[in-house]
Amino acid sequence: MPARVTIKDYLFESRLFMQRSVQALVFAGILIAILVGRLIYLQVLAHEHYITLSDDNRIKILPLPPNRGLIFDRNGLILADNLPSYRLEITPEQVHDMEATLDGLAKLVNIRDVDRKRFDQLRARTPVFKPVPLRFRLSDEEVARFAVDRHRYPGVDIVAGLSRHYPHGPLTAHAVGYVGRIDERDLQRIDTSTYSGTTHIGKVGLEKTYEKTLHGSVGYRQVETNAEGRILRTLVRTPPVPGNNLYLTLDAELQNVADQALGDKAGAIVAIDPNNGDVLAFVSKPAYDPNLFVNGIDTKTYKALREDDKQPLFNRALRGQYPPGSTLKPFVGLGGLEQGITSEHAHTYCPGFYQLPGKARKYRDWKRSGHGTVDLVTAIAQSCDVYFYDLALSMGIDRLHEFLAKFGFGERTGIDISGELAGLLPSRQWKRATRNLPWFPGETLIAGIGQGFVLTTPLQLASATATLARYGNRKKPHVVASTQIYGDIELTPLQVEPVPDIVIEDRHNWDTVIHGMHEVVQGRHGTARKVGRGAKYPFAGKTGTAQVFGLKEEEKYDAKKLAEKLRDHSLFIAFAPLDKPRIAVAVVVENGGSGSAVAAPIARIVMDQYLLKPES
Amino acid sequence: MSTLLDSHREDASRRDWQHILHLDAALLFGLVALSTLGLFVLYSSAGGDENLLIRQIIRLGLAFGTMSIIAQLRPQWLQRWTPWLYSIGLALLVAVLAVGDIGKGAQRWLDLGFVRFQPSEMMKLAVPMMVAWYLSDKRLPPTGRRLLIAGALIIVPVMLIARQPDLGTSLLIGSAGFFALFLAGLSWRLLGGLTLLAAAGAPLLWHFMHDYQRQRVITFLDPEQDPLGAGYHIIQSKIAIGSGGLFGKGWLNGTQAHLEFLPERSTDFIFAVLGEEFGLVGIGVLLLIYSFIIFRSLYIATQAQDTFGRLLGGSLAMTFFIYIIVNTGMVTGLLPVVGLPLPMVSYGGTSMVTLMAGFGILMSIHTHRKLLPT
Repeated sequence: MPARVTIKDYLFESRLFMQRSVQALVFAGILIAILVGRLIYLQVLAHEHYITLSDDNRIKILPLPPNRGLIFDRNGLILADNLPSYRLEITPEQVHDMEATLDGLAKLVNIRDVDRKRFDQLRARTPVFKPVPLRFRLSDEEVARFAVDRHRYPGVDIVAGLSRHYPHGPLTAHAVGYVGRIDERDLQRIDTSTYSGTTHIGKVGLEKTYEKTLHGSVGYRQVETNAEGRILRTLVRTPPVPGNNLYLTLDAELQNVADQALGDKAGAIVAIDPNNGDVLAFVSKPAYDPNLFVNGIDTKTYKALREDDKQPLFNRALRGQYPPGSTLKPFVGLGGLEQGITSEHAHTYCPGFYQLPGKARKYRDWKRSGHGTVDLVTAIAQSCDVYFYDLALSMGIDRLHEFLAKFGFGERTGIDISGELAGLLPSRQWKRATRNLPWFPGETLIAGIGQGFVLTTPLQLASATATLARYGNRKKPHVVASTQIYGDIELTPLQVEPVPDIVIEDRHNWDTVIHGMHEVVQGRHGTARKVGRGAKYPFAGKTGTAQVFGLKEEEKYDAKKLAEKLRDHSLFIAFAPLDKPRIAVAVVVENGGSGSAVAAPIARIVMDQYLLKPES
Repeated sequence: MSTLLDSHREDASRRDWQHILHLDAALLFGLVALSTLGLFVLYSSAGGDENLLIRQIIRLGLAFGTMSIIAQLRPQWLQRWTPWLYSIGLALLVAVLAVGDIGKGAQRWLDLGFVRFQPSEMMKLAVPMMVAWYLSDKRLPPTGRRLLIAGALIIVPVMLIARQPDLGTSLLIGSAGFFALFLAGLSWRLLGGLTLLAAAGAPLLWHFMHDYQRQRVITFLDPEQDPLGAGYHIIQSKIAIGSGGLFGKGWLNGTQAHLEFLPERSTDFIFAVLGEEFGLVGIGVLLLIYSFIIFRSLYIATQAQDTFGRLLGGSLAMTFFIYIIVNTGMVTGLLPVVGLPLPMVSYGGTSMVTLMAGFGILMSIHTHRKLLPT
């Protein structure tokens, strides 16, 4: 190597190095300045943005669903309760092998095919990373068994909650109704933000009508979570406001007695306190167990309920529309008196049939031999059809309609249970509008004895009877007496919308009709005299036997020969005690046959229970 | 700071304790301050895990010990052994590629039976030493054939390490060699040419990259495209730093770190924990300490009495800077994710020992000067 190459200019190199060091330092300074600029951007200029992101990361808002209000009967007996219950939930995204997990779980807890099917359905609808319930209402034993093996099932959890329970089961099903899981139809009519966290909603009956009162309002919990979503602590808690309790007018004991009295027959019983419209008993049979619906009924059981010939899901008291039969007679008679068409002492001769002037057709009386000469009281007591054919014809359909409408026939009573039907009070206009046919006088005759087009619900009958008992003082029937704010002792009575009273022409007319009804049960020839015998209080009643199908002229009704489904409906209305009525009852027994033999004794049992029970 | 340096210059004339122990007080002060701050941040990021803290303290002790021992070695002795160190290192790198253990998906470790050894760590020192050794008796600035040879001394180990693959370390070693050349007076014209060449060669580099490396670059360019996957690291560390604000959320109060949103919070992403809990002010303190150490190291290099000491010292100072800027640039989202720790703060042993060995060399250079009468 040439010597000059190795000769180093130390001074030059030292200076060069110094120069380069400064340049390197400047280079480093520039990069650090860029870094500091970046930090100022992140920590000062965009600070708010990142604070928000950081809070979004760690803070989650979880809804706290309110506890649903409880439902009590008039004596404080619980009809709808919230029971602690455990449900098994699976977060599918956290499960590696779903089949193996389900098979494993099936060894610990009872999992029916129905549960698996429902789980699959719910899973399809549930957003990702949200738990899907597999089983509801685990037994303590099942909870314990799972707890031991819990570590083997990531993504599977037992969640404690409250589950609606109806301790009286079918007894209160048609009045109270039930709650069920919120479905897509419900989602359309509720404000989802107020229902976040809530899993159930009132589906039928009072649970539906009073949903807003019972539900309460949702609370929130701000929680801090880690990256895995595990809750570490609660930051802010806005407690939910539990729903209000409902105190009903129903008397569970009376309800039970009425239910027992009806036995296994299909029908309905409605008992009302005429003084205020309190519904004391509201029975529709057969009924169903509302507890089946709370956490989803399986299709097989549901199908069986739906296809049952006796229609247990059908609320007969509210929606059953029956011809009132002879139970309508007192109202028709009162109309005749009040409208001045007949008088207390006017007589009609009953030969056992009636013919329209100039017509050959015979309208038959239930008693083929006839009742002879009858006045209004006798006609009611013995349920003479001919008297009422004659009276109805004299009144004409227009006045008949006008007067009966005052009692609420043909319109909904407005009871606070949803789904009520209105029955049918026919008129000329109605017939023209619906069938485009004129009204025929013959139709007025049969309307006068509660047959033909006339349809009433048991609730309407009971309500009209209560109005009659109170001399036209109408009260809207209702099932909820008062509400109670959670934690309060005091009850807030529910205001019942007033209904205008019936304007009375002559109070004596009402006395006459009620006297006739008293004769029905406690007179010598009354149709239900057997029922009135031995009663410890005077009362008024009226039997009814409603034809399910029309008999041909001269044809004799033979209950034994007819299939049960074609047998007459048995009806009875009553109120008691006579002077100061405390209870009005309507009983309808489907295909029961004669009103006096079947429906009347049931009404007597209900009244006895209510009026004679020792005051508690 | 200038007074501190000025006073030191006066001290250098006396044979004080610094020259007896061959330690530099200013550098030592900076490193101790840095390690102390680092331990505080690590304690928080580890969620109060004292065992982890103790292990880090033991490592720090080991690192400071290594530094002290290296500082005793005379620069001339180091210079003499440089070619051997470099050759052994190169041989081991080849061995690693042939028979090395696979850890975290990359071949970096060599199992010597009693200890697992990472040859690339050794090369962090050996490469700048080799370049300084090679240029020590050559005329500066290096040109032509000498530059090519020096370049080859750098490129070969860099390529070998990149093949492992360990992008972070190869980048660090490449820049250590580069700064040795730069400080030796590499011409700006050549530098400009090389930059253009690198830009043109980028697509070629892309072709040779591993999938995960490509993914990192893609993620760097657009972290939001995969917020739960590869982009998660950057997004969460930006949130941590940004939400820290000016003064931070307070020590042990970082929600991003303590609620486990921030990944690798004790190792590569510990800078984000500092930013979250101590804010811009805390980061400012750290950057000041770093700047002081870099400045002091460069100053030591300028005071060195031969080319070997100057080039090696300057290169070590700038490598330390590259460490810092690559890590902080990555955590703040300025640079792609490259697996480099934050020097002296991140949890982890090997790189810390190597770094401190480098500071030991700097101290050796500074305290073994032949004092000329003034």
